[in-house]
Amino acid sequence: MGREENHSDAGDGDGDRMANKLIGEIGLHKRISNIFAARNIITAKDALSMTEFELMELLDIGMKETKSAVKLISEASSPPCLSALSLLQRKAENEHLSGHLPTHLKGLDSALCGGIPFGVLTELVGPPGIGKSQFCMKLALSASFPTAYGGLDGRVIYIDVESKFSSRRVIEIGLKSFPEVFHLKGMAQEMAGRIIVLRPTSLAEFTGNIQELKDSILQNQVKLLVIDSMTALLSGENKPVAQRQHQLGWHISFLKSLAEFSRIPIVVTNQVRSQNRDETSHYSFQAKLKDGFQEQTSTYDSHLVAALGINWAHAVTIRLRIIKVAKSPMSPPLAFPFHITSGGISLLSDDGTELKGPGINTIHAQGHSDVINFHGEV
Amino acid sequence: METSRLPLSSSIRGKLISAGYTSLSSISSLSSTDLARDVNISEAEAFDILKLANQMSGNGSTCLINGAKNAWEMLHEEESLPRITTSCSDLDNILGGGISCRDVTEIGGVPGIGKTQIGIQLSVNVQIPREFGGLGGKAIYIDTEGSFMVERALQIAEACVEDMEEYTGYMHKHFKASQVQMKPKDILENIFYFRVCSYTEQVALVNHLDKFISENNDVKVVIVDSITFHFRQDFDDLAQRTRVLSEMALKFMKLAKKFSLAVVLLNQVTTKYTQGSFQLALALGDSWSHSCTNRVILYWNGDERYAYIDKSPSLPSASASYTVTSRGLRNSSSSSKRVKMM
Repeated sequence: MGREENHSDAGDGDGDRMANKLIGEIGLHKRISNIFAARNIITAKDALSMTEFELMELLDIGMKETKSAVKLISEASSPPCLSALSLLQRKAENEHLSGHLPTHLKGLDSALCGGIPFGVLTELVGPPGIGKSQFCMKLALSASFPTAYGGLDGRVIYIDVESKFSSRRVIEIGLKSFPEVFHLKGMAQEMAGRIIVLRPTSLAEFTGNIQELKDSILQNQVKLLVIDSMTALLSGENKPVAQRQHQLGWHISFLKSLAEFSRIPIVVTNQVRSQNRDETSHYSFQAKLKDGFQEQTSTYDSHLVAALGINWAHAVTIRLRIIKVAKSPMSPPLAFPFHITSGGISLLSDDGTELKGPGINTIHAQGHSDVINFHGEV
Repeated sequence: METSRLPLSSSIRGKLISAGYTSLSSISSLSSTDLARDVNISEAEAFDILKLANQMSGNGSTCLINGAKNAWEMLHEEESLPRITTSCSDLDNILGGGISCRDVTEIGGVPGIGKTQIGIQLSVNVQIPREFGGLGGKAIYIDTEGSFMVERALQIAEACVEDMEEYTGYMHKHFKASQVQMKPKDILENIFYFRVCSYTEQVALVNHLDKFISENNDVKVVIVDSITFHFRQDFDDLAQRTRVLSEMALKFMKLAKKFSLAVVLLNQVTTKYTQGSFQLALALGDSWSHSCTNRVILYWNGDERYAYIDKSPSLPSASASYTVTSRGLRNSSSSSKRVKMM
């Protein structure tokens, strides 16, 4: 159990509220609960991390007693049941908690039902220089705006791992995209003052940062968390790829539950890297299905895949893939390919610099990588 | 059979063996008082041991072995088993009519392939009333990833009710059929949703399900979305993880048999090194692969979504395409010739 300790320390968030239920307080027979205590099985997590048989051996009591103890512990630490209907009603009541942060890209906003949703993890994937950081800065800005201008009127925590955040650029974006707000006196200072930038230099420091955040998010009116980028955090660590990806496991769970319980949007960026041997998109049985099997159509460049691996990909709720289409037979000035993920929705891309406004003309369905084209116009 | 196979605590087992009671037959003829005196334990403990010993040796059963059934009886039982439709007839075909009750079915695939969609679809479809060829049951949805979208469930429920109404309209022209009583809200009401935030909660909930289902009749499907998530993040000791998971799988199997319900476990994929190359495989390793009765893998074939029966004791390997529409799971438009038997 020793090895798990560092994890449970870190994970003692709301997400683990049930797991840390004390066995002594569950109402087991005094004699049995003493036996648990004597064997140093203190929390529900300790007891349920073993099979019933192992527990029986360890406690040296009968199978029947073990089973009934496990039953009681389980009942006490089961999550509560909700009907989907009450879930729907609760969501309707808390509409303000389940809102969206508009990206100010009309096509993207409508595809995302209003913008980046609260309470989930949204990922931006794209090659270097494509505009991920630009996108993040603009999001940060719009979250800091007063509600009257479509913002969230709150603070933004911007974890800038790659040192790409530029205040000058933020003001510039503000002046260009939201002149009506920014030309008010003192506004630029106030808005920029709401964006808090953190620059962790190691994964450990980052871990510390986000744990600290957990407590301060609600008190400090934090309405958006941006992490640019997740990949850079790992590339600093001197470990083999598989191990690095495993390390992120805890961060995935933590960020997901952070988003869920504080009801804020969390946006992370992810780099792309060239596909290496351990990245594959086929099952072994697919080789057997000879006829009718086409090569997987590549979404853009078949050699580029999102870094961080499949385990991470399972965890993000929405993945937005940013692609720049410099030249296209459909020939609108900008093309926004998007991608459908576990959350059911998807993404577009802007071409890095200022996003010219909206106007969808076509949607081309290409399986799981659809392309929405935009006409440029401010 | 030997005494050491009884599920007893080690101290009591030690006492039994040192007193010379090494085989079950040597115990079963004793009275509890004799046993208590000989082994130096309390009479209540001795009584429990005798009860266990009797159960294990199968006394008092008319059948050859306690709890056994012959193949003919099993055939009858299997034929009468209802199946839950997936709303995609191609997929139903290769599944032998739908997801079978009394079995554990694992469904896996890459992110975004539609695992959660299938989960939601099944939790709606299980409620189709018997008059419409459904089960009229209820659903338990165990959400470990936070990916259950209640708005989506409502959408699928609405489409399901519309389909039933259309069907009734058609039937009315020919002969009298029952009205659709069901409203989309009722469907949502009958989906019991659990949000699981750690593997401890997951284990606890699975242990607790037995009681929950006894108290709420008519639960006909249990969906776990996904079985993998917390076990992939939090467990360091892989051997321990495997043991806890196999115990959980056994409990799911017991639930499926005891309440005649379908258990659907959604699983993530990972990469695996076999025969000199890396390939996709469902997560949780080889020993986990043994714990589900049926296994369905979802994959992209070009731009189309396909499902493939990877493992099943009764169904041939086959694949079929499907699509995810705003109304839920459906046949893919160009489907007719897509079903491939292998």
